[in-house]
Amino acid sequence: MAAAVGLQGVTMRFGGVTAVENVSLEIEEGSIHAVVGENGAGKSTLMKIIAGLISPVSGTIFIKGRRAVFPSPRQAIKAGIGMLHQHFMLVEELTVAENIMLGHEQSRLLHPVPKQKIRSMVARCAEAYGLEVDPDARCGDLSVGEEQRVELLKLLLRDASIMILDEPTAVLTPQETGRLFDTLRALSAKGRTIILITHKLDEVLSIADTLSVMQKGRIVGTMLAGSVSRQELAEMMVGRSVSLQVENPAHEPRERVLEVRDLRLFTPKGGEKLRGLSFTIRAGEIYGIAGVEGNGQAELLQVLGGHVPPGGSTKGEVLLNGVPLPGLRPDEISDLGVSVVPENRLRDAVVGEFPVSLNLIFGRHREKAFHRGPGFSRAAIEAYTAQLVTAYDIRCPDPELQPLLSLSGGNQQKVVVARELTRPGISLLILAQPTRGVDIGATGSIHQKILEARRAGVAILLISTELEELTALSTRIGCLYRGTIRHEFGIEETARKRTGAILFHREIGLHIT
Amino acid sequence: MKPSTRTLLVPLVSVLAALLLNACIIALTGRDPVMIFAKMLQTTLLSPYGQGQVLFRTTTLICTALAVALPFRLRLFNIGAQGQLLMGAFAAAITGALLPEGLSAPVSLTACILAAMTAGALWAAVAALLKTRFGVSEVISTIMLNFIAEGIAGYLLTRHFALPSTVHTAPIADSALIPNFSVLSGWFPNAPANPSLFIALAAAGIFYLLIFKTRFGFEMRAAGLRPEAALHAGIQPARHVMAAMALGGAAAGLAAANLVLGYKHFYEAGMTGGAGFTGIAAALLAGAHPLWLVVSASFLALLEYGGLAVNAYVPKDIFMVMEAVTIIFVVAFTALGKR
Repeated sequence: MAAAVGLQGVTMRFGGVTAVENVSLEIEEGSIHAVVGENGAGKSTLMKIIAGLISPVSGTIFIKGRRAVFPSPRQAIKAGIGMLHQHFMLVEELTVAENIMLGHEQSRLLHPVPKQKIRSMVARCAEAYGLEVDPDARCGDLSVGEEQRVELLKLLLRDASIMILDEPTAVLTPQETGRLFDTLRALSAKGRTIILITHKLDEVLSIADTLSVMQKGRIVGTMLAGSVSRQELAEMMVGRSVSLQVENPAHEPRERVLEVRDLRLFTPKGGEKLRGLSFTIRAGEIYGIAGVEGNGQAELLQVLGGHVPPGGSTKGEVLLNGVPLPGLRPDEISDLGVSVVPENRLRDAVVGEFPVSLNLIFGRHREKAFHRGPGFSRAAIEAYTAQLVTAYDIRCPDPELQPLLSLSGGNQQKVVVARELTRPGISLLILAQPTRGVDIGATGSIHQKILEARRAGVAILLISTELEELTALSTRIGCLYRGTIRHEFGIEETARKRTGAILFHREIGLHIT
Repeated sequence: MKPSTRTLLVPLVSVLAALLLNACIIALTGRDPVMIFAKMLQTTLLSPYGQGQVLFRTTTLICTALAVALPFRLRLFNIGAQGQLLMGAFAAAITGALLPEGLSAPVSLTACILAAMTAGALWAAVAALLKTRFGVSEVISTIMLNFIAEGIAGYLLTRHFALPSTVHTAPIADSALIPNFSVLSGWFPNAPANPSLFIALAAAGIFYLLIFKTRFGFEMRAAGLRPEAALHAGIQPARHVMAAMALGGAAAGLAAANLVLGYKHFYEAGMTGGAGFTGIAAALLAGAHPLWLVVSASFLALLEYGGLAVNAYVPKDIFMVMEAVTIIFVVAFTALGKR
C-alpha cells in the first residue's frame, strides 16, 4: 500500500536561508505522525509545503502514491489535504454553521445556508469523534477549544483525508488537550491520516504512532513512537555539541530585587496564561528562564513591563525592591530602574525610521540630562551617543543621521542593549531573546556586557529559547512550562552542570517539554 | 531612488499629471486649454487683486491643513476641520459682537482669536475623547461632528444671533477688526488678503517646531510610526491623541481670524465654503509636513480662485475635479513608490 504522504528530497529556501533541506519522509495512511523540533527547525515550513501553501524549490511530493504538484492551496484541498493553523481563521460575527459553510463548494451565492444539513452533520461528527459544538453559536463567543473543533469540522466537511495540525495543543487546557487527542484517535481509526506539529514530548509519546525529529531544516530521525524514550527524544531535538565560550566566574547574589509570588494572568477570553508562577531574582545574578515559546514568556513580560492587554487581569504578587509592579504604567516601571530588551526589536524597542542617536534615547527621553528647553540638547545627545557607540562597538559611521534600519541586526540589537544597560539607577534588567537574529561576533560582545552588568550588581532576568545561551550565562535556571516554573536549577547545580553542556541541555529539555 | 527625492517627486508628478488631465477635460468642453491656463495666470498671479485673493484663500487653507496634518502624524485622519472651523468662526463672531466698547485692539483681537481657537479645540477634543474612551473611529466621529456643528451654528444663528431679516450676526466691534493689506499699505487693492496670513504662517512654523524640535513631537512621531514601541517606551498614546486633535482643532479655529476678523466681520451661513475639506487635500499633498503644506495650500488656493476667475469660459467645477484628481494621484503614487 502506498503511503498517504511521501516526500523526496524536498528543499525550501527563503532568501538565502534554507528552511527545509533535503527532507524525505513517508507517512502511512491512517496513522498519527508527529513532527517535533525546536522553534525555527522548519516544521511549519515543511507542513505548509505538504498543504500546498508554498512550493518547494526542489523535491517531489507524493500523495497516496501519486506525484502531486500544488500550484495553489485549492489543489491541495482537492487532493484531500487540510491544514489546521495555529491561528484560527473564523469569522467571529458569523455562527458556527455559517463558518463551516464558508468557502465550501456547496455554498451558492444568494442561497440560504443549509442549516438543517449542517446541523445533522455536526451531530454526526459529535457522536463519532466527540466534536460537540452548538451550530447556532456565534463564533466570537466560543472558547478556544470550541473554535478548534469548528476548524476540525470544516476540514471534515471538505472530506480531508490528510489532516495537518500546527501546534494544536498550544492554546488548549489539559482537559481540552485530552479531548482533542480522543478525537484524533477516533479520526485515525476511521482511516484518516493525521500529521501533528508539536514541541511537547509527553504529548508526542502518548498520541503519535510514528514521529520524526527536525533540527535546522533536516529530519534527523524518523521512528516508531514506542521505540524511543523521552530522554532520547529530548537529546535528538536539542542535542548540539557546540557550546558557547563565555567566562562565567562564580559569584554570590545579594539582596532580593524581584519577587514573583503565585502570579496568575487571565486573558480576556478566560484563559489562564500564567498559573501560579513564582521565582525570585537577587541583585548580581542572572535568572534564566528556559522554555518553549508560548508557555507564558510573553505574558510574564507583559506583567513586568506594565502592558497587560485590556481585559486581562492578574493575581498574585510582583514586587520590585518591595514595590508592587501590577497597576503601574510602563513609564513608572522604567523610572523604578527596570530596563527591558524586548524580543521583537523592530516592533517594540526602536523606531527604525529614526536615526541611531534618537533610538539611543528612545524610552529614556524623559531623562533630564538630555533636555534643553522644550526640546533635546543636541550636544548632550551627541556626547552620549559617541560614548555608547564606542563602548558597545556599534558599527555606524553617522549615528546622528543614519536611520536605525540601515544597521545590521546585530548592531541594531547593540543599540537597544546599550540604551537599556546604561539606564541610570538600573536595578532589574529583563532580556528576552537578546541575541536572536544577531551574528556571532555581536552575540559575544552582548554576552560580555550582560555579565558586566551582573558584576555591577544588576538583577537580570534572561528569557531565551537558546539553551546554550541560558546555561552559559545564568546563575540559576527556571524551566517554564504552561505558565509555571516546573523545575529550578540552583546555583551550585547550574555551575556544576555548565561544564557538561550536552547532558545539561538534555535535562532542561525534559523539563520544558 | 532616495526616499527624500521621492517625497518631493510624488506631489510634483501628481500635479503635472492632474494638469494634463485637466487640459484634456477643458479641450473636451471645446475650449483651448492653453488659453484657459493663460487667462487663469493673468487673473491670479499676474494681477494684484488676484494675488490678494489667492493669499486670502491660502491663509484659510494653511489653518485647516494644519488641523489635518498634526493628527495625521499619529495616523489619525481628522475629517472634521470643517466643523472645527465653523465652531471657531462662530465663536469669534459672537465674541467680537459682544465685546464692550472701548477695548484696545490687542485685547479684542486676542479675545476673539482665543475664543475661535478654544471652540475649534473643544470640538476636535470631542472626537479625541470618543476615540480614546470608546474606540470610536475618528473618521466617523469627525464627519458626524461636521454635521452637528453645522446644525448648532445654523440654529444659534437663525434663532438667536442673526440680525433681523439677514442671515448673519451683528458685526464685530471695531477694535476686533483686522484691516486688509489694501487698507493698511495699499497692497493688493480691494482684495481680502489681510495680516492673518502672518498668523497662519506663524502657526505653521510653531507646528513645525512642535513636531520636529520638541520632546512632545518626538513622542508623537514615535507613536505614529511605531505604536507598539512607543507603548514600550512609556509613551501614553491617549494623551497624544487628545493633544494632537485639540491643537489641530485650534488651528482650524484660527482660520476665523482670516474669515471673520479680517474679511466678513460677522458670521454668515456658508461663509467657510469647503475650506475644511480642501484643507485635507492640502495636508495630504504636503505629506502632512507643516511647512510644505504652505506650498500646497497656496497651490490649491490658486486653483480655487483661478477656477472662479475663468468661470465665464469653463465651469469652475473643472478645477475642483483637478484638485481631487491631484490628491488621488498623490495617494496612488505614494503607494506605488512604497512597493
